[in-house]
Amino acid sequence: MAGILSFGAYVPRLRLQRSAIYEANRWFAPGLRGLARGERAIANWDEDVITMAVEAARDCVASDAREPIATVMLASTSFPFADRQNAGVVKEALNLRDDVATHDLGCSLKAGTGALLQACRAAAAGGPVLVIGSEQRRTRPASEDELLNGDGAAAFLVGEGDGFARFLGAASVSVDFVDHFRPAGAEFDYGWESRWVRDEGHSKLAADAIDKVLRKHKLSGSDISALIVGIASKGVAITLAKKAGIPAQAVCDDLAEVMGNAGGAHPLVLLAHALEKANPADKLLVVGFGQGADALLFEATAAIASRPNAHGLSKWLRRGVKETNYCKFLAFTGQLRLELGKRAEFEQKPVLSALYRNRKAVLALVGGRCTKTGTIQFPQSQISVDQEHSMLDTQEDYPLADRRATVLTYTADQLTYTPDPPNYYGMIEFEGGGRMLSEFTDVDPERIDVGAPMRMMFRVKARDERSGFIKYFWKAVPAQEND
Amino acid sequence: MASGIRDKVAILGMGCARFGERWEDDAEQLMVEAYLEALADARIEASQIDAAWLSVGFDAVNIGPSGIPAAMALRLPNIAVTKVENYCASGTEAFRGAVYAVACGAADIALAVGVEKLKDTGYGGLPVRSRGTTFDMIGVVGSAPGNFAQLATAYQAKHKIARQDLKRAMAHVSVKSHANGAKNPKAHLRKPVDIDTVVNAPMIADPLGLYDCCGVSDGAAVAIVTTPDVARGLGKKNLVTVKALQLATANGWELQGSGWDGSYFHTTRIAAVKAYKEAAVTDPGRQVSLMEVHDCFSITELVTMEDLFISEQGHGWRDVLDGRFDADGPNPCQIDGGLKCFGHPIGASGIRMIYENYMQILGRAGQRQRQTPPILGLSHNLGGMPNQSVAAVAIIGLQGA
Repeated sequence: MAGILSFGAYVPRLRLQRSAIYEANRWFAPGLRGLARGERAIANWDEDVITMAVEAARDCVASDAREPIATVMLASTSFPFADRQNAGVVKEALNLRDDVATHDLGCSLKAGTGALLQACRAAAAGGPVLVIGSEQRRTRPASEDELLNGDGAAAFLVGEGDGFARFLGAASVSVDFVDHFRPAGAEFDYGWESRWVRDEGHSKLAADAIDKVLRKHKLSGSDISALIVGIASKGVAITLAKKAGIPAQAVCDDLAEVMGNAGGAHPLVLLAHALEKANPADKLLVVGFGQGADALLFEATAAIASRPNAHGLSKWLRRGVKETNYCKFLAFTGQLRLELGKRAEFEQKPVLSALYRNRKAVLALVGGRCTKTGTIQFPQSQISVDQEHSMLDTQEDYPLADRRATVLTYTADQLTYTPDPPNYYGMIEFEGGGRMLSEFTDVDPERIDVGAPMRMMFRVKARDERSGFIKYFWKAVPAQEND
Repeated sequence: MASGIRDKVAILGMGCARFGERWEDDAEQLMVEAYLEALADARIEASQIDAAWLSVGFDAVNIGPSGIPAAMALRLPNIAVTKVENYCASGTEAFRGAVYAVACGAADIALAVGVEKLKDTGYGGLPVRSRGTTFDMIGVVGSAPGNFAQLATAYQAKHKIARQDLKRAMAHVSVKSHANGAKNPKAHLRKPVDIDTVVNAPMIADPLGLYDCCGVSDGAAVAIVTTPDVARGLGKKNLVTVKALQLATANGWELQGSGWDGSYFHTTRIAAVKAYKEAAVTDPGRQVSLMEVHDCFSITELVTMEDLFISEQGHGWRDVLDGRFDADGPNPCQIDGGLKCFGHPIGASGIRMIYENYMQILGRAGQRQRQTPPILGLSHNLGGMPNQSVAAVAIIGLQGA
């Protein structure tokens, strides 16, 4: 039987205040007032489903524990690429072996629970599965979804054995209940009346899945210690709990106040959150909804008492910074087309053959270590950079992504184009050796100085307007205390 | 052991176009303007030129590829014309080609022409461009101010200087160059500024403000070189000869190796040591009587004073504030306004620096002439950015000096 061997999550740093969204739109949509409380997580301009998935995966599995991973599953309804496997980019960024299987799962808000379910079923037969849910859903300005949604990701390593939580089983209900849809290529969702969705969808289909899984395992509602419902509709979880006889105190906080709903990834985000607090023998019921429902049942093991506390959702939630500029959010999502200036006309056409040749350096930040002198450098080169002993063809792979670095030089550049000026960048030096010129992101100006500690993150380097290609690379961010 | 270039090549003539926003002119007219002045100074005909080198930094946004644009503009007699590019050190690179051709005897008379038409991009500052396929995937294509601003943050940290003190020293560099540029009829920027204006100017790339950055200009400069024998044969007196010509190119140590702290130019130090040796300069602070350095940014000039071994390490900023490099100071630097105010048409700048030293040595610098004409003039022409640079150092002086 499979279990959750490790878990992690990621929430982007900026938290857009819902009051700011409401204030900007109240002239048109005063009815949004009821939703104008709390804050929602928004991706920085250089984040997307792939980069957030990478961060959640790093939070879940340390670089020295990735070797056994046999499969990577990425679930989302907001993939940046329709054809170029998104999970494949994540695999490269994590510097996984090439002989892993990678899958994208999407097209429904139950993609996240679906992927977790498949991971639990596949892990026993095919080796550990890294399953990730990640979402950055586009919403129309002044829509309810704009206020309700939040960007984020969660990741689980599922494999044989009990791990932190044993997978007990699941039940699925799949019907073409169209509460909303988005045609291929369309930018936004088209939805139906929420009262109908609640009465006919949530209350019946999700309840049915819960009922089925409880019966299958001969459990009653009172056996459940955590009901995790990733539906962005206030009160749904309470209603479902009541129906199933699950105690109200078992209903998990949906994080609406502090991050919003991360769509298909949200049940996974909430599960990661619940596991931070679970006690041995707790039964956790995870519900995903979208054209039916999945209900997955887990039981926390004795190991949960010794879970690492350095990782997890709470750390990322604490890292939040309030953002009150609604225009900035619209500019980041490309919905507000600012005058970018002529410097933004710089050619960003991808060179796919060169990217493939250099994929380890570009996507995984793998540098080189001279096997003769120990000199570490980025990127690798045939002739070592060592000024005393310039060795030829002596370098072995030396991953730098998970090494701490310190700032050697820096600037805040107002002239060069960036979607979020000023552009911070500078030279950084890695602990243990190696250095590079790096862009900085998620910058707190107070924390950038010569000698300041930094941590690397996988980010969008540039987007090519003409081809739509997205260039990814690593950037330095001010390090957190626990990094 | 190479014997070096000292006194093997003489400057026969030089010319420099007026730098600035030359809205009415193409690169071709700028080249012709500098060329005609140099030709008249050399008192030769085009048919006497054996070979030519053309330097340009941003050919993709002005003259296009190859040596042909210079050959056509100047209607050179189907001689070899080689186009060179080595970032902002391109001008000295073209000069080096011409000087070496003469020194080795392949040419009796050679020409170096540097040009840049930068005011056709539609925006201020240097054009944004690719730095190569691999670099563009893993590097940072920042602005020039951003690249050099890092020098200031590293220098400040290394020498534990208060931010305001360094800001003020950098401002002094610019105030001095503006005062000098005001006296130069060919300079792009001819308005003196006061220190408060500089210190309080809008930030471009922290800590560099607007006045810490040089002008981006259109312009051209030309040098015609020959052997001392040929020069004398042509009736030339008071020969200015090349004493040293050195170039150092970064091999990636600063960017990828370990040990460099970002506060100085490794390449400048190497080029300076070699140039002083070649020119038999043993005490640069005393012997180098005039300097034209690559003051693309105020901090560059300040740090370069140390890298050329004029100032002690960590003391450059104090020497600046003490007025050591002012036009009437002991080591005048940028007496023509420098890149800051004469302007910075990339491909022409290295030759413009040599032009100024040449004019000053011969006492022909007009209103800005140093009271006592300098004996040795050093020009320092830097390409790239602090972590990946090309440093060129040229020293010229009267024959026998």
